[in-house]
Amino acid sequence: MEHYNMNLTLKVWRQKNASDSGRFETYPVKNISSEMSFLEMIDVLNEELISEGKDPIAFDHDCREGICGACSMYINGRPHGPWHANTTCQLHMRAYQDGDTVVIEPWRANSFPVIKDLVVDRSAFDRIIQAGGYISINTGNAVDANAIAINKDNADAAFAAAACIGCGACVAACKNSSALLFVSAKVSHLALLPQGNPERKTRAMNMVAQMDKEGFGACTNTGACEAVCPKEISIENIARLNREYMMAGAASDK
Amino acid sequence: MLDSKIPAGKLEEKWVDYKGHCKLVNPANKRKLEIIIVGTGLAGASAAASLGELGYKVKAFCFQDSPRRAHSIAAQGGINAAKNYQNDGDSVFRLFYDTVKGGDYRAREANVHRLAEVSVNIIDQCVAQGVPFAREYGGLLNNRSFGGTQVKRTFYAAGQTGQQLLIGAYQALERQVALGNVTMYSRHEMLDVVMVEGKARGIIARNLVNGELERHFGHAVLLCTGGYGNVFYLSTNAMGSNVTAAWKAHKKGATFANPCFTQIHPTCIPVSGDHQSKLTLMSESLRNDGRIWVPKQKGDKRKANDIPEEERDYYLERRYPAFGNLVPRDVASRAAKERCDAGYGVGTTGQAVYLDFKFNLINKYGKTEAGKLGIENPDIETLMRLGKEVVKEEYGNLFDMYEKITGENPYEVPMRIYPAVHYTMGGLWVDYELMTNVKGLYCLGEANFSDHGANRLGASALMQGLADGYFVIPYTIGNYLADEIATKPIPLTHEAFEQTEKSVADRINTLMNIKGKQTVESFHKRLGKIMWEKCGMARNAQGLQEAITEIQALKKEFWSDVRIPGTINEMNPELDKAGRVADFIELGELMCKDALNRNESCGGHFREESQTAEGEAERKDDEFAYVAAWEYAGESNWNLHKEHLNFEIAKPTQRSYK
Ligand SMILES: Cc1cc2nc3c(=O)[nH]c(=O)nc-3n(C[C@H](O)[C@H](O)[C@H](O)COP(=O)(O)OP(=O)(O)OC[C@H]3O[C@@H](n4cnc5c(N)ncnc54)[C@H](O)[C@@H]3O)c2cc1C
Ligand code: SF4
Ligand code: FES
Repeated sequence: MEHYNMNLTLKVWRQKNASDSGRFETYPVKNISSEMSFLEMIDVLNEELISEGKDPIAFDHDCREGICGACSMYINGRPHGPWHANTTCQLHMRAYQDGDTVVIEPWRANSFPVIKDLVVDRSAFDRIIQAGGYISINTGNAVDANAIAINKDNADAAFAAAACIGCGACVAACKNSSALLFVSAKVSHLALLPQGNPERKTRAMNMVAQMDKEGFGACTNTGACEAVCPKEISIENIARLNREYMMAGAASDK
Repeated sequence: MLDSKIPAGKLEEKWVDYKGHCKLVNPANKRKLEIIIVGTGLAGASAAASLGELGYKVKAFCFQDSPRRAHSIAAQGGINAAKNYQNDGDSVFRLFYDTVKGGDYRAREANVHRLAEVSVNIIDQCVAQGVPFAREYGGLLNNRSFGGTQVKRTFYAAGQTGQQLLIGAYQALERQVALGNVTMYSRHEMLDVVMVEGKARGIIARNLVNGELERHFGHAVLLCTGGYGNVFYLSTNAMGSNVTAAWKAHKKGATFANPCFTQIHPTCIPVSGDHQSKLTLMSESLRNDGRIWVPKQKGDKRKANDIPEEERDYYLERRYPAFGNLVPRDVASRAAKERCDAGYGVGTTGQAVYLDFKFNLINKYGKTEAGKLGIENPDIETLMRLGKEVVKEEYGNLFDMYEKITGENPYEVPMRIYPAVHYTMGGLWVDYELMTNVKGLYCLGEANFSDHGANRLGASALMQGLADGYFVIPYTIGNYLADEIATKPIPLTHEAFEQTEKSVADRINTLMNIKGKQTVESFHKRLGKIMWEKCGMARNAQGLQEAITEIQALKKEFWSDVRIPGTINEMNPELDKAGRVADFIELGELMCKDALNRNESCGGHFREESQTAEGEAERKDDEFAYVAAWEYAGESNWNLHKEHLNFEIAKPTQRSYK
C-alpha cells in the first residue's frame, strides 16, 4: 500500500450536555497519514485542542476493533462513514483525499438523546433486551452441550443474526428511527435455535412492545438499516420477526 | 499473612469435597444480603447473573455505556473445555496438566484442577443460553486446536467467540435486571473500596455522565475488572481497560501477585507509526493454518510472494519440530523478536514476520474440498478458491479486519505480524475461594492472578472468567456470607463512607488543579515506552533499575505538569483517563520491582541473565517456585510475601516443545 499525508477540514457537532442546543464547529487538521484510523485522526485533533486550552471532542469508543459497538459517528451523512460493512473505528484515512471536508455528527434519534458532543445514550437497547432478549435458563440447569444436535444451516443463520454489535447505526440511518433491525436480529438469533423455542412467542411480543415504548419509529421497509449495518445483519430478519410476531399475536392465549 | 485455603485431600476430590462442606445461606437470608460487582465482562456478568438467580441483591457496575461492550467482547479464537468430543485423548487431567505446564509451573495446582473440572459445565451452560458455537454438518459441536496443546479442545464461534459468550452472559444478566435481582450502573467507575472494621463494605463510584461521586454499600465486593495490559500504552486491550479498581484495592491492603507476568502475543498487526493508539490481535488459531517465516537472507527487500520456497526460513518449524507453529505464545514471541533483532525482519520497519496461509489454503483445505467435490487433478487456482471458502468461514472476520487496517489482502499476500502485549497473568492475590487477603473483597477473571502461572494458554482466559463467575463464586461466597446474615446494611452516612468519598474527591481536585502543560495521553505514551523497552519481552537487572528511576521521575512530572481540560461535574473523558494513567504509573513501578526480584526466566517473564546456551528460558525452581504477593507500604514501597507452590501431581520439568 502506498501511504500519503493529507490536510482536511472537519465540521464537528459540539454540544456541551443534554440541555445545550449544540452547533457545528470547523477544525482544520493537518498532516494526517493515510495509515491512521479515523479515530486516531480525532485523537490527533483532540491532543491539539487540549494543548490550545480548548475542550476535546467527546466520543464513545473502546475496542477499536469493530466488535464492541461503542463507536458511533455519523460521517458525511452516513453512520460509520463510507465503507461497506464497517464501524467508525475500523474506517481508515485512506478513504479520504487531501482537501476533503468531513462532517461528523452524533446518531440522531429521539430514543438516543445526546449526552455530550458525539456521545449518545443507547440504554434503550439494554431495556429492549431486558424485555425478552434471552433464554430463561439459570446457571447449572443445562444438559450436555451435545445432547441437542442443531442443523448447521440453522446454527449458521443464528450466528449471523447474533453478530449484531448493538451499535445503533440502523436506527441512525432510518428516517423513522426504527430499531427493528436490531430487535429482529436478536429475535432471529434465539428463534432459530431449539433452546429458544419455548419463549418464542412472548419474546417477540415483549421486545416489540418495549421498542415501541422507547419511542423508536415504525419500519417502512426502506432498507437503509441493512445498507449501513457494520455486521451485515440481513433485512430478512425483519421478515422473520414479522412472522414471529404475527404467529405470537394469533396464538396469544395468555 | 497469606492463607491460600486449599482444601485437604486428593487433587481431584478437593472441589467436590469443598462444595459438599461449604456453608450455605438460606433463600430468605440471601434476599437480605447485598453484593457489589464491579465489572461486567465475562467474569462479572456471569457472576452477577448467577448470584442474582440465587436471590442475592446485586449491584453491578461498568464504565462502558452497556455491559455488552466489556473488553471480553473482543476475544476471537475460542474457549477450552475438557469435553473430549473429538475422542482424541483429552480429559480433565490433561487440561489441568497442560495448563500447569503451559503456565511454566507458577500456578496453583488445586485452582487449575478445579478450572479444568468446571470447564465442561461452561460449554453446556453457554449452549443452553443460545451461544451459537460452530457446528459440524451432523449438528454437533466443532472444535479447533490452539497453541501449546496437542488435542482439539477449543470451542469457537468463527473469530467472534468472546462476543458470543459475552452476549450470552449479558443476556442472562439483563434477565436478572428485568427480574429486579440486579441493579445495573453503566457509565460508572469505581474509585475506591470502603472498609469498615477490616472488611470490604462498599465502594465509591463516579457517575461518568455528570461526574458525581456515589456511595454504595455491599456485604461483599467483587472486582471483575479485567487486565492491566494497557500499562504498556500499546496493547491488544480495549482503550478503556485499566488497573484502577484493582489498584485502589491494593492500596487498601489487598496484595498484588506476580505483577510482572505479562503475556506478549506473537500474532498481532505491527505498529505503523507514532499515531498508533492500539494494536490488533490476529487470533492464535490462525497459527493452525498459517506458517510463520522470514527470509533466509538478512535484509531481503523482495516482496513476500517473490521469495522462493527454499529461501524462506520457517524458523518455528526448524527450532521446534514437535510443536512447530503451535508452540506456546511466549516461545513464539521470543522467537520472532530474535529473528527481527538479528536483522531478518520484514516490512518497512523490519519489525515483523510473515504469517502465510497459502500452503494450507492449497494443501489442507483446497485438496480436501476438491476431494469432497470429486474434482480430479485440480489446478492451483481451483484449490486456492476452494481453500479460501473454508478459511473465510473459519476466520473471515479476521481477514477482513486485517485488510481494513493494512489495506492488504491476506488471502493473496502473507500477513505481517509482530508480538504485542495482550494479557496479564498477574493480578490481585486470591485464595482458593477467590477472596483477596482483604475480608469480603473478591477478585474474579483476568483481574486476579490465580490460574495461569507465568503464561496463559490460548482459549483459557474465557474459560477462567466464566468458571469464576458461573461455577466458583456462587459456592465460595456463601461460605463467607453465611456468617454475615446478621450484618445490617451500613448507612451511607457512616464515617468510613464519608472519609473515603472525601479522599476520592480530594484526589480529583488535586488532578484538576495541576493545570500543567502536558496531556494525559503523552504521559501514558512515555510510560508505555519505558515499560515496553525495559520490562517487555526481555528484561535485565540494569534495565529494570533504570526503568524504576525513570518511572519515579515520570510520576513527579505527571503530578506537577499534567493538563486536564474541562471541569469535574460533567462528562470528562480526559479526567477519567488521568486517574487511570496515574494508577498505571504506580503499577509500572511495581511491575519492574517484581521483574527485578524474579531473577529467573519463566513463561512470559524472560530475564536475560537466566537462559540456556541455546537461548531458551531457564527457570529456577529452587529459588522461585513461589507466588510473589506484594503488600503496599506507602509511596514506592512494598513488602514481599511469598506463597510457596507445591507440585504434587504435575512435577516441574523444563518445558520442551522440541
Ligand atoms: C483481542 C483479544 C482477544 C482475545 N482472545 C481470547 C480468546 O480467544 N480466548 C481466550 O480465552 N481469551 C482471549 N482473550 C483474553 C480474554 O478476552 C480476557 O482475558 C477476558 O475476556 C477478560 O474478562 P474479564 O471479565 O476478566 O474482564 P473484562 O472483559 O476486561 O471486563 C472488565 C469489566 O470491568 C469494568 N471495569 C473495569 N474497571 C472498572 C472500574 N474502575 N469501575 C467500574 N467498572 C470497571 C469494565 O467496564 C468491564 O465491564 C483475548 C483478549 C484480547 C485482548
Ligand atoms: S443491526 Fe447492525 S446497525 Fe443495528 S445495532 Fe446491530 S450491528 Fe448495529
Ligand atoms: S470502538 Fe468498538 S466497535 Fe468501534
